[in-house]
Amino acid sequence: MEERIFTVKSNKLIARDVYEIKLSGDISGMQRPGQFVNIKLDGFYLRRPISVCDISADSLTLIYKTVGNGTEYMSTLQEGKKLDLLTMLGNGYDISKSGSSPLLIGGGCGVPPLYLLAKTLVAEGKSVTIITGFNTKSEMFYKNEFKSLGIRTLVATADGSYGAKGFVTDAMVKCGDFSYTYACGPEPMLKAVYYASKASGQYSFEERMGCGFGACMGCSCKTLYGSKRICKDGPVLEKEEIIWPTQE
Amino acid sequence: MADTRVALCGITLDNPVIPASGTFGYGYEFAKFYDINRLGTFSFKGTTKEPRFGNATPRIAECPSGLLNCVGLQNPGVNAVISDELPKLKKVFRKPVMANVSGFSTEEYVYTASLLDKEEQVGWIELNISCPNVHGGGMAFGTSPKMAYEVVAAVRKEVKKPLIVKLSPNVTDIASVAAACESADADGISLINTVLGMRINLKTRKPLLANITGGLSGPALLPIALRMIYQVYEAVKIPIIGMGGISCAEDVVEAMLAGATAVEIGAANLVNPYACRDIIEALPETMEKYKINKLAEITGGAH
Repeated sequence: MEERIFTVKSNKLIARDVYEIKLSGDISGMQRPGQFVNIKLDGFYLRRPISVCDISADSLTLIYKTVGNGTEYMSTLQEGKKLDLLTMLGNGYDISKSGSSPLLIGGGCGVPPLYLLAKTLVAEGKSVTIITGFNTKSEMFYKNEFKSLGIRTLVATADGSYGAKGFVTDAMVKCGDFSYTYACGPEPMLKAVYYASKASGQYSFEERMGCGFGACMGCSCKTLYGSKRICKDGPVLEKEEIIWPTQE
Repeated sequence: MADTRVALCGITLDNPVIPASGTFGYGYEFAKFYDINRLGTFSFKGTTKEPRFGNATPRIAECPSGLLNCVGLQNPGVNAVISDELPKLKKVFRKPVMANVSGFSTEEYVYTASLLDKEEQVGWIELNISCPNVHGGGMAFGTSPKMAYEVVAAVRKEVKKPLIVKLSPNVTDIASVAAACESADADGISLINTVLGMRINLKTRKPLLANITGGLSGPALLPIALRMIYQVYEAVKIPIIGMGGISCAEDVVEAMLAGATAVEIGAANLVNPYACRDIIEALPETMEKYKINKLAEITGGAH
């Protein structure tokens, strides 16, 4: 972890309630896909943890959805604004396990970290397929960006307004065999993927965090290997260690 | 040269800055950010007899000038703390450390405190009778002078090292609880633990925290903490560790003027992992600004 100051380069709406923000600054050491940054925002006590979508030359791309006051404020940030970030947080995905033909599955706000992951896997010469899932077409983003990586790109929308109608698991059946799964999305999606996929994989989880670097135990979860902190020991868990919380 | 040293129950600290239990783990997460030997000391994660996972998530909710938490004393249990955590702590911290102890019965408090009392690096036992996030223990011991007296007296018999009792602000008269601890031979008082609160999710119309309620910490607490430090200083002769919303060197001075011998810093570490280092660095300049030569001399200065 390192505290670094970044400057807003651009901040634009790319889908309904979804923004892409580009920040310039020192990105050295931040190339591992699946990690996140924790952003200090004026007027808010806690930082906002956001996964890294892309790293290029001297800039960092994040995609976030406006879900509350903090992200609403973020959406108003203008070019030139300086931001205090804690960087290189979380374990990130382990790409050494991907095999030759990994399947990436992202739902909604879980899609962004899969972009850097896909880019990294492509650079490693892997044959990558991605399924992205959204509620509806107006919430969809990054279809063309994934296609531009030259990978097979499938989209599912719950209402059928774009791509396959249904959930990411409905699109999975059309994908044939794959060597490994990398997933990120809301817990119900991860759980559905977990049961629908025969392959091993890594799943990235979300939780409300206090510190984001392992100190406060605010985001603990139970795994087969004991309790883990989503922020520090995660957010990526191995499929084999996941214990799904019992439904209330 | 500004003298930042203070004496806490017979042990001299280089400065009065102590990261509070539950915001600093066992130190080694922070040792990656700066040399934690610069701290006065730190209070490690609250330890219980048995391992505890803690409460369900969400455990964290943001508030204006602070946060609620309902972690619920997650810890690996005293045996694992002694066998696994303290050896790791020793590698990054060479000063006496404060062992924070919690429990669900007087017997558990005595069991855990007496084991940690025997650990060489433990300088003080901080008895947490004020955790608001566990049921049937924790805060229940700190809400009446009689119960506080009983648990402190029982632990006192088995513990040789300085015994500091951490008090809850969720009481009508904190001074009477502090006085009860002093009469049970406690060596010091630390206060305040978090203030019980809650938030509600407007979209789901349900409590935001899985535990429904949580403890408020952060700058929002500072005036409440100052008032209670001031009251307790009038009621007891033993030293006070002041805490509650302290976020900068000025806050340290203010808490000491209210009656604190040293201070604990909690929530600030979570938003700025360098908070305690920054406060220690700012102390000499702040002392100069307010014409303080020896920091230890200002304790209780506002009375």
